[in-house]
Amino acid sequence: MTETNPAPSLYSAREPIFPRRVSGKFRSLKWVLLSLMLGIYYLTPWIRWDRGPELPDQAVLLDLANRRFYFFWIEIWPHEFYFVAGLLIMAGLGLFLFTSALGRVWCGYACPQTVWTDLFILVERWVEGDRNARLRLHRQKKLDFRKVRLRLTKWTIWFLIGLATGGAWVFYFADAPTLLHDLVTGQAHPVAYTTMLVLTFTTFFFGGFAREQICIYACPWPRIQAAMMDEDTLVVGYREWRGEPRGKHRKADGAEQLGDCIDCNACVNVCPMGIDIRDGQQLACITCALCIDACDDVMAKIGKPRGLIDYMALSDEDNERSGQAPRSVWKHILRPRTILYTVMWSLVGFGLLFALFIRPDIDLTVAPVRNPTYVTLSDGTIRNTYDIRLRNKHGEPRMFELSVVGDPSMQIQLEGVDGSKVQVPADTAYLQRVYVTSPKGAAPAAAEATPLRFWVADLVSGERAYKDSTFNGRGR
Amino acid sequence: MSKAPQHHKGDPQTTGHNWDGIEEFDNPMPRWWLWTFYACIVWAIGYSIAYPAWPGIKSASAGLLGWSTRADVAREIEAVNEANAAINARLVAADLTQISNDPELNSYAVSAGAAVFKTWCAQCHGAGAAGAKGYPNLLDDDWLWGGDIESIHYTVTHGVRNEDDGDARYSQMPAFGRDDLLSDEEIDQVTNFVMSLSETPMDASLVAAGKVVFEDNCASCHMPDGTGDRTQGAPNLTDAIWLYGGDYDTIKETVTNARFGVMPAWGLRLNEDQIRAAALYVHQLGGGE
Repeated sequence: MTETNPAPSLYSAREPIFPRRVSGKFRSLKWVLLSLMLGIYYLTPWIRWDRGPELPDQAVLLDLANRRFYFFWIEIWPHEFYFVAGLLIMAGLGLFLFTSALGRVWCGYACPQTVWTDLFILVERWVEGDRNARLRLHRQKKLDFRKVRLRLTKWTIWFLIGLATGGAWVFYFADAPTLLHDLVTGQAHPVAYTTMLVLTFTTFFFGGFAREQICIYACPWPRIQAAMMDEDTLVVGYREWRGEPRGKHRKADGAEQLGDCIDCNACVNVCPMGIDIRDGQQLACITCALCIDACDDVMAKIGKPRGLIDYMALSDEDNERSGQAPRSVWKHILRPRTILYTVMWSLVGFGLLFALFIRPDIDLTVAPVRNPTYVTLSDGTIRNTYDIRLRNKHGEPRMFELSVVGDPSMQIQLEGVDGSKVQVPADTAYLQRVYVTSPKGAAPAAAEATPLRFWVADLVSGERAYKDSTFNGRGR
Repeated sequence: MSKAPQHHKGDPQTTGHNWDGIEEFDNPMPRWWLWTFYACIVWAIGYSIAYPAWPGIKSASAGLLGWSTRADVAREIEAVNEANAAINARLVAADLTQISNDPELNSYAVSAGAAVFKTWCAQCHGAGAAGAKGYPNLLDDDWLWGGDIESIHYTVTHGVRNEDDGDARYSQMPAFGRDDLLSDEEIDQVTNFVMSLSETPMDASLVAAGKVVFEDNCASCHMPDGTGDRTQGAPNLTDAIWLYGGDYDTIKETVTNARFGVMPAWGLRLNEDQIRAAALYVHQLGGGE
């Protein structure tokens, strides 16, 4: 042969996947979780919560402009950002816990990519029919009226879901009813429209077209997860010692030597990732468990026990192969690793709860003015200046009284205010310049530095808070 | 060395590099990458024509759009001035003594005044307004020419002892030593007397004689009790605050050669709203009357 072969292409086109409809206990669980999570996502911004006349009445609100985060009865100020950091740590530890116990359960059940793809496939099935109908439509080269109509209907519904997704997102950052009105009447801020547009497009594209490619090629999480899984982690597996050799012809000669797998491909047809679980655990498997439902259905029909494809741990495979019973699920889940993750998760959680309950509704920070460190007044009195920020976390203005405890000679004065009481507006950090004086002959005036403590008292609730600082004298 | 792998026709091209049998494919760049690259080149050419890019001897090419960072800054400053025009007009029209009752205007004026102070005043009075030798501390309760808002506003507008503004605060202490108005002995005596006014340790034997010298030469401005006179900018000699220093040598130097502190007339250089803002800022630093 003298003819030269062209170089093999290094590019391979995506094989389209047409998951078949399936029902079963895992599919039902996934429907429940999907409704629950999408419900929470879409409806949360519309929950109202009364906080008084001067504060927003949205239960969950990320008020970036005023730098406040509202979550039902909790209000987080920027200096309390450690709560958010703590929640992120808990989310991380929670993922570690679930991954080490149940494998890629996040990917299979809770990941937005999975949830929205599920929803998009559901729409696809409603519009274009189940797997075989969709396959036919895909293979049909001719672009007739029916194909155009079905495609446009599907894409329109996808687009609307995308729009609602982007829409719900922006409602978390502003008062939802007002923003909805502004969005519809074209008065909303361009940032709101841009955010909606971007999220609409990403939802449409990720859920409608990219689908499993996001999990396989784009997402870093599957690559990290292997580090958290071990031989006790529950993953979706195939009992090949029971299923093999697989074969269709039950009545043919030698059929008695065949395993339980009738090679019906039900597990492959329902897989949203387009893989064959009988090849063993693999990178693309998100453990959505739909193949378990599909196989259980078939096993019931041919009168075999369920669980040819099932959740199982790696350590069970050896046991079962050698004829022993698998260990119970709880023995797999309760092991030092998962217990350690649970303890760490709980410690952070309790720490945050504790911090949440002991944090005061009033607070102050004291910044001593150090340029200059002190001022000599005409009668020889030494004066120090402090910039004090008074935080009033209440929904109404409050009168705060400032006092100083240190040397008895120290007197406190407030710039621009007679007396020691100052009104702090609602939900505000109020800057007040404060002077502390010590007369010529007194010890603090002569000393290098004297410690002192500022107290602030809420005259309505009687709540008090303090901060320590230093009084600088002449030093001679 | 390992054996070179067998090559077949149709195998992908390699670069010919071989590391222990590991070879490198010589694949072409992905097409999308190349097109992005070409698009960047086209964009760069257009960009260097539209915007300042090519360096010359003295400056760079201006670019077709005529854009420059300086024009950008000027535009931004213009925008800020425009945005503040209304409240600046309010500041200029308001009664100086009443501004502290208008929280919004007061807060704006103090912030604006801090910026003016740090730009024009901090060089002498210090960033913290604590002054230095010869430059008054603006934080304390001692004022040479008056510490109420109107006096401060006047001082900022016209300055002190400058020749640019006929309305500048003006006074001149005689150089008692240099001009031979007092003998060395008398200067020694009056210096000790002045120190006694503020209860600074001194030579008590000279105080009585110094008192006589003081009453004859100094009391007309500094008042018989030494408390000074703000209409002439004559400092209070009985308090704990000294502009140049309260020790024997410094006071003697002041009596001998006098002092002549000068402050510019800011009315000639700044707008009225800036001057008012600066005066209000200084007034709320802790010493305002």
